[in-house]
Amino acid sequence: MLSRHANELYWMARHIERAENTARLLDVTYRTSLLPYEVGEPGLAWAAPWSVPLITLGLASTYYERYPVLTAENALRFMILDPSNTSSIYTCLGAARESARTVRGAITSEMYEDLNSAWIEMRTCDYERIQARGVSDFLDWVKMRSHLFRGVTFGTMLRDEAYHFIRLGTHMERADNTARILDTKYHILLPSVADVGGAVDYYQWASLLQSLSGFEAYRKIYSDVISPRRIAELLILRDDMPRSLHSCMNFIHETLQLLCDAQSREIERQAGAMHARIHYGRTDDIMDFGLHEYLIDFLEHISRLGAEVSKAFLVPV
Amino acid sequence: MSPPAYDEMRTGEGVIRPHYRAFADWLHRTPPDRIAQKREEAERLFHRVGITFAVYGEQAGTERLIPFDVVPRIIPAHEWQRLEAGLVQRVQALNLFLRDIYHEQAILRAGIIPAECVLGNSQYRREMVGVDVPGGIYAHVAGIDVVRDERGEYCVLEDNLRVPSGVSYMLENRKMTMRLFPELFATQSIRPIQHYPDVLLENLHAVAPAGRERPTVAVMTPGAFNSAHFEHAFLAQQMGVELVEGQDLFVQNDTVYMRTTRGPQRVHVLYRRVDDDFLDPLAFRPDSMLGVPGLFAAYRAGRVTLANAIGTGVADDKSIYPYVPDMIRFYLTEEPLLANVPTLVLSRPDDCAEALAHLSELVVKEVHGAGGYGMLIGPAATLAEREDFRRRITAAPERYVAQPTLALSTCPTFAATGLASRHIDLRPYVLCGRDVGLVPGGLTRVALPEGSLVVNSSQGGGTKDTWVLAPDEPC
Repeated sequence: MLSRHANELYWMARHIERAENTARLLDVTYRTSLLPYEVGEPGLAWAAPWSVPLITLGLASTYYERYPVLTAENALRFMILDPSNTSSIYTCLGAARESARTVRGAITSEMYEDLNSAWIEMRTCDYERIQARGVSDFLDWVKMRSHLFRGVTFGTMLRDEAYHFIRLGTHMERADNTARILDTKYHILLPSVADVGGAVDYYQWASLLQSLSGFEAYRKIYSDVISPRRIAELLILRDDMPRSLHSCMNFIHETLQLLCDAQSREIERQAGAMHARIHYGRTDDIMDFGLHEYLIDFLEHISRLGAEVSKAFLVPV
Repeated sequence: MSPPAYDEMRTGEGVIRPHYRAFADWLHRTPPDRIAQKREEAERLFHRVGITFAVYGEQAGTERLIPFDVVPRIIPAHEWQRLEAGLVQRVQALNLFLRDIYHEQAILRAGIIPAECVLGNSQYRREMVGVDVPGGIYAHVAGIDVVRDERGEYCVLEDNLRVPSGVSYMLENRKMTMRLFPELFATQSIRPIQHYPDVLLENLHAVAPAGRERPTVAVMTPGAFNSAHFEHAFLAQQMGVELVEGQDLFVQNDTVYMRTTRGPQRVHVLYRRVDDDFLDPLAFRPDSMLGVPGLFAAYRAGRVTLANAIGTGVADDKSIYPYVPDMIRFYLTEEPLLANVPTLVLSRPDDCAEALAHLSELVVKEVHGAGGYGMLIGPAATLAEREDFRRRITAAPERYVAQPTLALSTCPTFAATGLASRHIDLRPYVLCGRDVGLVPGGLTRVALPEGSLVVNSSQGGGTKDTWVLAPDEPC
């Protein structure tokens, strides 16, 4: 297929996945912000958690260029509706829809219609409307639209190259985003060292799990109290968790095996090496290395792989 | 003023014409709220499917829906047979004309058309002189605009031989009416048109460079911001071929390749929807960002076929239009089956004097204009507008032609106040390749404002489905 089309499809999938994960990240922040949370100035208590999504997505400086102070409302406006923010839900859905429109011949009409109707609805949203319907309800809507689009894709699309590039985009983005969401806990400060393992700590981990649809799975698998070690195991190493890094690397490696030919074998090897590291990884080693350090290292690798994919297939020189 | 327009549905006495009886019954039987519901459904579906067009001159990325009217335009079998024969004849002659003027120029030497009309025309491409194109076919897709005069006679208003658009609306409108009125399709035989993309693809295969068993065809678009991008994508998808932009193609050793995820792949036939001027910055406009350097050289070398061919614009120019009936007589030695609209060519002093004397009755068009821009509709214009045109005509008469204001036929159409008569035209698409033919139908455009005669979508026109009835129907 045309490289330009593969590129549009890959980014269409990444943008939809990113919209979903931005919604997940905001959801976890929203839940956290509702927890009791003491800081120096009581008035800012509700605002402090909102720095977390900005830090994890690397958007803090962009945010402060646009807004003087950190408030929940500003952060929500910035992350949901701001067209100048490349990760806002508005920007992601718009970009995905624009990609789909450019290459609508390469996807099924059901897929295009689904994405187009999501975009038409998104365009009518403003902050007041989102508040009126409830922030959580809006974020659920974003997640549902993403599920719906994936379902339409899965259910209607020929398993051709176009499909594989969409799948690749989805899982590259998801791997990146899961790692970032997992890392949020690193940035949420606890009121004091004594609170480690306390109630606030517990609720923060629980809402993180929920935002990655992992809370119920955790209960089912471990039927025990929530511990950071097990969360790391669940969301990094378990390959039966659909949003875990292991699961994402399975899809990425598998898809690259299908897409690579003799000239692009090196990319498949790189993905294979990343996959092997997780496949044969141990929770103890991750915890010893440091969860934050491990995630940062993973993010660097996945971003390098993305650049290689782009060079080989999508924007050939 | 002028005599009343011919109405498609009713005779002058108000009697329903036989081919509209089934539809009129349906209208009569169906409660108004159910019809309103159908109209809303159509609107919603078109939005969701995203059948939109971009409007130039408005905010970038503005997308609009072309209004769709649910009342179909119905053509009985005997009318269609005559129309079809006339259209095939006309397009055959136009193709022979194009081959001739880029080769022997017999028609010019015979004095049928003044040579300067052709050779001095800005649409005449000297680069094409002596270039042989497969099958001698220049216009692979021709959109011929047909109107009916007050007696109901079909006549040709305009030929579109460059990159005629609108066929996707023809196909989508049919999909819509089949969804809205399944019972009407069940009870009468309306001829299908959905095989249009197959016929197009077959014809494109037939004109590939010689010796190609399975040629690679691609649709070439200027890009997502072009007003007709939806249609380009639609046709590529329907034919199962790639939709390419200039940036996806490159030329090496006079061979055209597209950049794919598996490396370069050769392209044999380009159904291009990019204007001549922008195709190749080396051969035509050097500032074109849409084209492919070297494409024209590959074309000349016969290594790639372009559909339509380069240089067809000279044959659909309004200054050549008056000569088409003579072309038919010259090349085919037949009488034209479809008439032209009588046209005054203002470069001729007599015609010019006559036009200036009757400006308030005539439609004046710019020779190179299109899309309903740059025209004067005499009876509807203000005195100031007419005087403005008088000055422009006097300054450069060769830039204009004039035609009587036709009372285009009318068809019932839903307006704000309910069902009302609106003027319509018809654009059937004639396909040439293996042979010359058309699917039974076309795009019916309707002028939505009351009394308006301008059907162009850029000027507030809408569309209707066009039903051609099978010959076995009783009417």
